[in-house]
Amino acid sequence: MIQAKRQKIALIGNPNSGKSSLFNFLTGLNQKIGNFPGVTVDKRSGYCQLSPGHDAEIIDLPGIYSIYPRSIDESIVSEILLNKNAVEYPDKIVVIADATNLKRNLLLVTQIIDLGLPVILALNMMDLAVKAGISYDFNALSKQLGVPVVPINARKGVGLDELKKCIEQTSTSPSKSIFKIWSDAYVAIKDLRIHFDVISDYGAYLFLEQPQTLHFLSKENQQKIDDLRNRHGFFPGKFQGAETIQRYTFIQDLLNEVTLKTADLGWKKNSQKLDLILTHKVWGYLIFLGILFFIFQSIFAWAQTPMDLIDGFFADISQYLNKILPEGPLSNLLTEGIIPGIGGIMIFIPQIAILFAFISILEETGYMARVVFLMDKIMRKFGLNGKSVVPLMSGVACAIPAIMATRTIDNWKERTITIFVTPLMSCSARLPVFAILIGLIVPDQKAFWFFNLQGLALMGLYLLGFFAAIGSAWIMAQIIKVKERSYLIMELPTYRWPKWSNVGLTIVEKTKSFVFEAGKVIMAISVILWVLASYGPGDNISKARENVLAQSQNERLTKQGLEDRIASYKLEHSYAGIIGKSIEPAIKPLGYDWKIGIALITSFAAREVFVGTMATIYSIGKVDESAAEGQKTIKNRMKQEINPDTGGPRFTPAAGFSLLLFYTFAMQCMSTLAVVYRETKGWKWPAIQFVYMTSLAYLSSFIVFQIMS
Amino acid sequence: MAEGAKTVAHMRPGDVGIILGFLDDHLSIKLMEMGCLPGSPVRFNFTAPFGDPICISVSGYELSLRLEEAGTISIVN
Repeated sequence: MIQAKRQKIALIGNPNSGKSSLFNFLTGLNQKIGNFPGVTVDKRSGYCQLSPGHDAEIIDLPGIYSIYPRSIDESIVSEILLNKNAVEYPDKIVVIADATNLKRNLLLVTQIIDLGLPVILALNMMDLAVKAGISYDFNALSKQLGVPVVPINARKGVGLDELKKCIEQTSTSPSKSIFKIWSDAYVAIKDLRIHFDVISDYGAYLFLEQPQTLHFLSKENQQKIDDLRNRHGFFPGKFQGAETIQRYTFIQDLLNEVTLKTADLGWKKNSQKLDLILTHKVWGYLIFLGILFFIFQSIFAWAQTPMDLIDGFFADISQYLNKILPEGPLSNLLTEGIIPGIGGIMIFIPQIAILFAFISILEETGYMARVVFLMDKIMRKFGLNGKSVVPLMSGVACAIPAIMATRTIDNWKERTITIFVTPLMSCSARLPVFAILIGLIVPDQKAFWFFNLQGLALMGLYLLGFFAAIGSAWIMAQIIKVKERSYLIMELPTYRWPKWSNVGLTIVEKTKSFVFEAGKVIMAISVILWVLASYGPGDNISKARENVLAQSQNERLTKQGLEDRIASYKLEHSYAGIIGKSIEPAIKPLGYDWKIGIALITSFAAREVFVGTMATIYSIGKVDESAAEGQKTIKNRMKQEINPDTGGPRFTPAAGFSLLLFYTFAMQCMSTLAVVYRETKGWKWPAIQFVYMTSLAYLSSFIVFQIMS
Repeated sequence: MAEGAKTVAHMRPGDVGIILGFLDDHLSIKLMEMGCLPGSPVRFNFTAPFGDPICISVSGYELSLRLEEAGTISIVN
């Protein structure tokens, strides 16, 4: 059989039903991550060879319990399945169901069957079902549902050949529809199907039931459906409860017929025993804290070496290109703008990869649901949700993936608050800034017996960020008045070992999406900043050399010293320097001068740019020393910097702490603002967030500087 | 039901009951989708450290919910 086009197969199932494992097995490394058009839900798709010469595209849809959506992630499923013109609209659907928990899983299965597309039911976790002593009559199940049923074990890859064969051979719609639509709704459906091309009655019924998922229709057509709804006295949600009951009645009868042996729940004994420890009022929190501590330790300890390597690698490329390319603005753009920009993105990969390795392991084992369970009561006091813990944890590495992780929170208010406060968690980009400033103002001494003062200061800053986050959440919870019910109804999956290939693929997926999503912004800003720092009005920049030579006629400068001074002169007279000087009056009360002002501005690309900017402003010149040495020199230069007003050092403890606080609180990350814009669908929240965080930073720095100096 | 219906929120760890119905229309659909069905047996397993949320077994799996939600599921035992 020759196929005109590659078929699209959608993968649908409950969360925890093994959908990711099945997807990973079917597609292997042949995956790509994209976005569903118009929304920011990650779309995973990949290719699978069903039989020689016969490929299909597999599209992984978010895990759902029902076709009726409750969160943004969930609504994408009905949006795609109802929109015949969607690029992702599938030719066939594979529904995966957990065989150990068939009753609940079948609800979704029966809804998908009624949509009228060809459906294959993959009955997963057959190994556990066998262990639990469950057995089903597959033939009867298939006959009653009107779709082929294939038992599989997606963790081990058992039954996949049969599944592929079955996917290839199934081309007809389910032989029956399960839900009997009531007669008064039926009139409306018939009316709708005259005007709209919908392949099933149930699909048409969902058009009437879910106006919120019909974005793909034109305004006019949405209006038409509203009119139909009004004409027939049909309002969304009217029959949803009754529909669910009717489906479960069918499912109960079906299970009574096809179940040969019911479960003996003894196989869950170990999982239950584990829960007594892991959710214990003392051990539960201690273990969670221990795990957190271990994760952060690993992020900072293990990531250091690869980060230094990446740093050095990009510096080498820059230097090498600098040598071989002819002088000119284009080579400068490449070696000073673009390549360091790419380097600035790549340097975060180790931390992000390690963080997501841990998060993925915690999710795979089922422990993450327990963290939500443990933390919910506490988080609720601050206007958050147990599910806010994951974004807050991820925020320590980077706010961008953290904010994307808030999509699982279905309550709008709690999700918005979580997005709002996550950037206050000290992300890894702040670490280099903290490190250099703490090194500058905190003595390297032991306090008490074994606490290193610098280490304590660093920990203090992280805690400060955390308390600012939950404190701000509490304030926002008091301000935002929304009458949306908050609830937590969440499956606690049975504990199991993580599947390592799933962990690996998650790392690849998350890292890729960070590099491409955040990378674009960081890249663009780096280039803009490079332009601002390299060009200036008038001919000050082009005449930099002559001017510096004229100024330093009487000094005996080394060749290096002269170059340094020229670089410094250029920056001072560039647009960035001018901006820095113009904001000086505003930042003087915080203890900063225009040079720090430039650093504050350039930090908007990414905070760690602070260190690089400091290096340029204090004219260190070439970065050919090793990273550690380089830092030492920057530190020394900063130490020697004199404040002309006082005659003393510029970086007094007062100015240093003021700067530390500023970096802890300020919203200095364009990429985060861009992600918040995407996730909240507007500029309102990023704007409020920017103003709030920057004011908080300004005020606290002001107070600290004024008190300390 | 003179003194108000007994709900899952009134159960103690280890208690078993049968779901009668729901006291809240809006939540009932979500709860049913998650397998809490009238007529199904429900077991109260344990609570989180501050007594809330709680973990129950229903329809053959473990579900966690807040006391507030548990209070909308009426039971007999």
